[in-house]
Amino acid sequence: MMRILLVGNPNVGKSALFSRLTGTRIIASNYPGTTVGFTKGYLKLGKQQVELIDVPGSYTLEPVSKAEEVAVEMLKEGDLVINVIDATNLERNLNLTLQLLERHIPVIVALNMWDDTRHRGVNIDVAKLEELLGVPVICTSGITGQGIKELVERLSEARVPKNARIYATSDERWLKVGDIVSQVQSLSHRHHRWYEHLADASSHRVGGIFLAVLTLFATFWFVRFVGEGIINHVAGPLFERLWTPVLAKLSIVLGTEGFWHDVLIGKLIGGEIDYFQSFGLLSTGLYIPLAAVLPYIVAFYLVLGILEDIGYLPRLAVLMDTIMHRLGLHGFAIIPTILGFGCNVPGIMATRILESRKQRFIAATLISIAVPCAALQAMIIGLVGEQGIGYVAMVYGSLFISWIIIGLILNRAVRGFNPELLVEIPPYRLPPWRVIGEKLWLRVSGFIKEALPIVIGAVLVVNILYILGVFNAIANITAPVLTGLWGLPKETITALAVGFLRKDVAMGMLTPLALNAKQLVISSTVLAMLFPCVATFVILARELGVRDLFKAVGVMIVAALVMGSLQNLVL
Amino acid sequence: MTRYPEGQLTLAEMKTGQTGIVVEVMGGHGLIQRLDALGIRPGRKVTKLSSTLFRGPVMLRVDSTQVAVGFGMARKIIVEADKYRPRTS
Repeated sequence: MMRILLVGNPNVGKSALFSRLTGTRIIASNYPGTTVGFTKGYLKLGKQQVELIDVPGSYTLEPVSKAEEVAVEMLKEGDLVINVIDATNLERNLNLTLQLLERHIPVIVALNMWDDTRHRGVNIDVAKLEELLGVPVICTSGITGQGIKELVERLSEARVPKNARIYATSDERWLKVGDIVSQVQSLSHRHHRWYEHLADASSHRVGGIFLAVLTLFATFWFVRFVGEGIINHVAGPLFERLWTPVLAKLSIVLGTEGFWHDVLIGKLIGGEIDYFQSFGLLSTGLYIPLAAVLPYIVAFYLVLGILEDIGYLPRLAVLMDTIMHRLGLHGFAIIPTILGFGCNVPGIMATRILESRKQRFIAATLISIAVPCAALQAMIIGLVGEQGIGYVAMVYGSLFISWIIIGLILNRAVRGFNPELLVEIPPYRLPPWRVIGEKLWLRVSGFIKEALPIVIGAVLVVNILYILGVFNAIANITAPVLTGLWGLPKETITALAVGFLRKDVAMGMLTPLALNAKQLVISSTVLAMLFPCVATFVILARELGVRDLFKAVGVMIVAALVMGSLQNLVL
Repeated sequence: MTRYPEGQLTLAEMKTGQTGIVVEVMGGHGLIQRLDALGIRPGRKVTKLSSTLFRGPVMLRVDSTQVAVGFGMARKIIVEADKYRPRTS
């Protein structure tokens, strides 16, 4: 099958174009390095089916990061390149174009973000550019869909230019780029847009810090407000009014107890179904993912999507750079970390944008220890929050302190280097609501598809292990650590063990134990730190390799032991 | 007491809003290459947009691109700067 590659600088809109071309929706954001692996899709070209690959962005074909290495490797296996260019940034983008034209692979150029050129005062003579490059140039916009049809129609015209030449030095190539730009581009004066004034404020020395703190609090407040709002007014009532009566009937049919009743509906609490405590597949197994967690997932990914597409995150990276250097990272590592607050898996995958092995190890380890995913956070806010918001703050505070201290230690202990930050800061953009909505849907439906089966599986496993009496055996073995160090009842181990499958289910298992506020704080902190869930575990193994995975797990266990004990002493 | 010829200074020493022409990148091959790919290379005009507290990254504009470079890197980028004029707008 013919293989077409989408190649271009980071953050020029390759992923948005990919979605347009294949109809496969993938995550696109306004910062360099959104795509770290490669995404495959298919499109029809006449009668022929062809493969399209969204290649991670690269400034040059001489790679410096792991994501760029992936890009260069893949170039060897493509039949045709669609070189995506940011029309508002012609000069730097053409440097890569000329490097591509040296490679004897047919190229077609997509002059993307064409809709953005006018208000930026950029005028480009497209016919002239086509003539100078010797390959077709098509004006496109991944956001509006402009030019997509023409791009597909003219794919067959992609070619190796007749006048292709190989530049001996980077200087020669840049000279040629300058020559082309001076012939095809003219700039006219334009006015600042209102959000560009915001750009100035967010990179101001003091104003920027103020804005970052404000954003952090606003985000947390918004997520909690929206999440709770959906639970109290939509998800909760829906379950109570529509699902509870169905389960109640089923409960009677099944005879209110016995094996199948316990597995499907769970134990009745005071003669009624309790969605947190019953622990049946159809009660707790559905309630936790759909009613307790999903609302927070929606709220979190809505805010994240907006922050991503506006282009705020790279500015936050600059601001955090000095602190992150103390932890053996640089500022850009804040982006994988923030993604980790949604789900650790994409967060850890995003550590590929970091340049050195040391950085990737520290960033991935810190995410899996100190960054609770949205599912876990939803349950922490829900269950610990009942005792008072101060206790929720204690959990977050403990995790933050662990993040700092483990980072400081790892920075000294791990060998390797920590290069400095060097990153393009994209312009602020106002994303259309449609784009935000599509991305939110993509992530939320991804959560439902991936998490729901695992949650139900976890609830099933819990039931089976209970029936087999396995938990009692483990509880007795681990009792010294749990009661001695952490001051928790030995039954908590069942929750911690289930945390390996799903952390939200594990939190749910704490409910029937009737823990006091202090014990809740300790058990949620330990649950967050001790061990990643199985999905995170697999991705850690893949990204770090087995040896580093074991090191990371070692750090997790020690950190959780120490932190839990400290909390037990101090609180 | 500057180590460089008159009018030359590092990007780190430039004032916010000041513009200059890159003269040299005093770094290893790797650094030169990384900066080169972003268009930060001798002969190119750059404008310093801002700096961050505690020797954090320096933001600059080159062509229509904004780039953030670490403080250490900024000290290795030698610039022939224009006379500093405070911004009026």
